[in-house]
Amino acid sequence: MTEALLDAREVSKTYHRRAGVFQRDAGTIRAVDQVTLSLTAGDTLGLVGESGCGKTTLAKILVGLVAPTAGAVFIRGQSAARASRSKRLSLKRAVQFVFQDPMNSLNPRMTVEETLSEPLAIHGLAHGDARRQRVRELLARVQLPLTHAGRLPRELSGGERQRVGMARALAVDPEVLICDEPIASLDVSVGAQILELLRGLCAQQRTALLFISHDLRAVASLCHRVAVMKEGRLIESGPTEALLTHPRHPYTELLIRAATLDLDTPTSK
Amino acid sequence: MKALLGNRLAVIGALTLAALAVVAIAARWVAPHDPLQVNLPDALLAPCRAYPLGTDQLGRDVLSRLIYGARISLLIGFIAVGIAVSIGTVVGALAGFYGGWLDAILMRFVDTMLSIPTIFLLLAIIAVIGPSIELIMVVIGLTSWMGVARLVRAEILSLKEREFVLAAHVLGASSWRVITKHLLPNAMGPVLVSATLGVGGAILSESVLSYLGLGVQPPTPSWGNILNEGRIALGVAWWLTLAPGLCILTTVLAFNLLGEGIRERLSRQ
Repeated sequence: MTEALLDAREVSKTYHRRAGVFQRDAGTIRAVDQVTLSLTAGDTLGLVGESGCGKTTLAKILVGLVAPTAGAVFIRGQSAARASRSKRLSLKRAVQFVFQDPMNSLNPRMTVEETLSEPLAIHGLAHGDARRQRVRELLARVQLPLTHAGRLPRELSGGERQRVGMARALAVDPEVLICDEPIASLDVSVGAQILELLRGLCAQQRTALLFISHDLRAVASLCHRVAVMKEGRLIESGPTEALLTHPRHPYTELLIRAATLDLDTPTSK
Repeated sequence: MKALLGNRLAVIGALTLAALAVVAIAARWVAPHDPLQVNLPDALLAPCRAYPLGTDQLGRDVLSRLIYGARISLLIGFIAVGIAVSIGTVVGALAGFYGGWLDAILMRFVDTMLSIPTIFLLLAIIAVIGPSIELIMVVIGLTSWMGVARLVRAEILSLKEREFVLAAHVLGASSWRVITKHLLPNAMGPVLVSATLGVGGAILSESVLSYLGLGVQPPTPSWGNILNEGRIALGVAWWLTLAPGLCILTTVLAFNLLGEGIRERLSRQ
């Protein structure tokens, strides 16, 4: 078996709800409850579940934005939280993130070129002309015209912004790409193009992909494996084909039924 | 800039300030007389052709003194606000970004400073150290940064949860980079408004101090001390107090109109 690129072992995140003037403990919320998952090179894993089930919190734990209250995340077998400063930077480079909301995920005061140069500057990857060349390559990879380099986010459409967000993540050649609902706030047709782009990128580079969505169909079309999350727990996971045809958990069955119902609407007939 | 032109009052404010700045810079060529030239035979002349705004007890031309006084007032206004914005931005950024105990300590310090009436603090410091133009600028700056600190902190608190800031963290950006490239540039809009209003306030503080004899010292003319010297002759020479009073009023009003115009423009974005 190949070594796991990204490995989450029994990670949990609990929040304490406080109420009243004296901040008494009003119970705990388990946003993520003992989740274990791992990704190897070329893996594409879909994570599905309803809004508020802890998908985004889990994703934030995986990239180190949120510290888990229990459990640990390992990147290439090493814990980023416990690594030295320089080591942590190289571990961070391996796992990159594409955010849900393309309106919000780009600095409104930085041009596309500046946004894409920043990861290169942080990791000292290319300088001067080489950096400009690299930015042009990145734009080409996400199929954006080179003329967009000088634009500000407000001069781009939603789909274009999402492509810039992807290019920023790809700038450091990550080994794992985590996409949190990357198509949820886009038009259906634009979303389909983004999915197509993701499929191509992962196939080319053998980048492992964790694709988080509430859209079972998008997940099924992109991922080899699917994991289902409910109320902070992973309730079922397995190869896409098997999971869709023989769901073991009633909740998974419900999700599948909801997705197929959606397919049978009059417009698709 | 184009939308700012749509606001008539803001345009009037900006034009007034531009005219004032030109006059202050070109004082040597614009002023009809030497502001320090004592000419006792012409003492306390009412406005006439030779002295458009009359003369004071020592026969000095009031218009020329006001024009040179504009230099001092604007200089003190801008430098004091520069100092206040610098301190306020640093304190607010540290408190907002790091939070926790640092935030608690810095903000309690801000509260403490705010609880002391500024004018008494100014008077006390200058009474102890002695008046000079440099000291006045520094002291006004040191007593007026708290509003900026609160403003910057509030902006940073809301910005730091935005996805483009999280994206910078995921890329491994240093705290310095996140603060200077992503947080502060997006927090400066309200600070600009506050700074514009602050220049008017600082000019007013200088006038108050000079009026009380603790500001700019004679014979150097400043609007406040011209007003102060005119006070003695209020019964016989109304122009000695009316002219500097109108200058202060117009300038402070112009800064307020411009500041409100910028605020309106920013809130519409």
